[in-house]
Amino acid sequence: MTAAVARVREKANWIRRSAIEMIYHARQGHPGGDMSAADILAALYFRILRYDPARPSDPARDRFVMSKGHCTGAFYSALAAAGFFPTSELATYLQPESRLNGHPNRTYLPGVETNTGPLGHGLPVAVGIAIAGQIDGADYRVFALTGDGELQEGSMWEAAMLAGHRGLGNLTAIVDRNGLQQGAPTEDTNALEPLADKWRAFGWEVADVDGHDHAALLAVLEAPSTPRDKPLCVIAHTHKGQGISYMRDQASWHHGVPDAEQYAQAMKELELDVEA
Amino acid sequence: MSAAAAKAGFDCREAYVRALEELADGDDRIVAVVNDSVGSSKLGGFRSKFPQRLINVGIAEQNMVGVGAGLANGGKIPFVSGAACFLTARALEQIKADCAYSNANVKLCGISSGVAYGELGATHHSIEDIAWLRALRNLTIIVPSDPWETAEAIRAAAAFDGPVFVRISRMPVPEIARPQDAAFAIGRAETLREGGDIAIIANGTLVHRALAAAETLAAEGIAARVVNMSTVAPLDEAAIAAAAETGAIVTAEEGLSHGGLGGAVAEYVATHRPVPMRMIGFPGFLPTGSAQWLMEKFGLTDTGIAAAARELLGSRQAG
Repeated sequence: MTAAVARVREKANWIRRSAIEMIYHARQGHPGGDMSAADILAALYFRILRYDPARPSDPARDRFVMSKGHCTGAFYSALAAAGFFPTSELATYLQPESRLNGHPNRTYLPGVETNTGPLGHGLPVAVGIAIAGQIDGADYRVFALTGDGELQEGSMWEAAMLAGHRGLGNLTAIVDRNGLQQGAPTEDTNALEPLADKWRAFGWEVADVDGHDHAALLAVLEAPSTPRDKPLCVIAHTHKGQGISYMRDQASWHHGVPDAEQYAQAMKELELDVEA
Repeated sequence: MSAAAAKAGFDCREAYVRALEELADGDDRIVAVVNDSVGSSKLGGFRSKFPQRLINVGIAEQNMVGVGAGLANGGKIPFVSGAACFLTARALEQIKADCAYSNANVKLCGISSGVAYGELGATHHSIEDIAWLRALRNLTIIVPSDPWETAEAIRAAAAFDGPVFVRISRMPVPEIARPQDAAFAIGRAETLREGGDIAIIANGTLVHRALAAAETLAAEGIAARVVNMSTVAPLDEAAIAAAAETGAIVTAEEGLSHGGLGGAVAEYVATHRPVPMRMIGFPGFLPTGSAQWLMEKFGLTDTGIAAAARELLGSRQAG
């Protein structure tokens, strides 16, 4: 294992434990999606993205848009671990007047690019940022992390179509393909497959990857040696609740809250995971 | 201006694109975003001059507004232009979350607002726009009255850091007579005519009609003040308080009065300085007819405003 992969692995584990702790204390949250996204967020914030947490508005920064804005347990944990605000503030999650609202707010939380929460908003904004970069010939990259159920929103395909049309090679969309939406599998609700074909048909390059394999994530997310002339869609195959045995692939943990016993078990399993 | 043009009136879209091209000449952050509405927004000239800075997203209003917010994030000053009915209704959640709530520096230009598309029916009328946009905090809303004010509003919007909606009519209007030193400022109402018997608070295409109504009323011995409340949010409350001192207020707008300018004035008046009011505006989904016919049918005319003023003053005296 390279040092870069080891670091991402360690941070992903930290993000998982932090998110579960936040949700356990707040008695609310979206643990299933937090767990499925943790490895992707760790790869982005601890290897791929170029940013300076002291200068969150730096025009040259890479942008990350959390299109699946409900997964704030993992997102806020990643931002705090990356230095955008103190990790001690994570304990205020969902408390009155906390900056850590259920969905991210850029007007008071550094590191957030746009306010998301309602699904279908992040990718269009990311496309707009990528167009600005294209016009300016800037070398920053733009990433958006979307849910898979979120791809049932029409606005996502409006944005995908435009990104393909304009050949936004500076844009990467990552689909957290955990297969479950709020209450059921995506394929039983309004099927997304053949998903890769859909993105290709919209003018994107597509890469399928194991979304919990840190080395594979880094390989696909690293800047290409020659600039792309198409946007890249990374379909990250993940498991909702990954890392916690009783949550894994269970739709009921979309916004479940662990009790004391479940919390203890989750933290124990995550400890073992980092030691392994 | 030619006498013929002055009589026929001006299309405020022309003033909008002239101002936008001038701004774009001096500031490469200015970009235009359209939903296949290059022609209806009159942005063909802008596209010729600044081909890289005209972003046509196709017929996709939600994406258009989201892309606008993204362009602002990337340091641009996007003027997002589309028919007001589609821009404000189809993309309302994007206006709420991506622009107002996110405090993104996006300028939303609602073209052909009100009943400009008269015969096309209620789907194409944009008479609810002010009501639903006014519900969004942190969104500045401007309804200019004529070409001069349209250009001023566009320049002010570009200079302002934050989300702005500008309502741009295609219904011909005359230039409003103003003093040489007239200046536009966001949030500041303009008293176009002094008067102490009653106040008419209007905006957009109703301002010149309000001035004509005041002229008629003056001939009858009624001194009507005319206030151009072009900024609907934030509201110039001092100007409303001063208007209330006359003891009676008529509002007039090319849109729903409930929730629109009329509603905004009424909310302030009812809670701070109750005076009798009448509200000139449209009632809801409208029948088929030309813009002109609709304006006359529902009393959005100088005679309609004057009649409301007389009726209001009569009822006050009777009371």
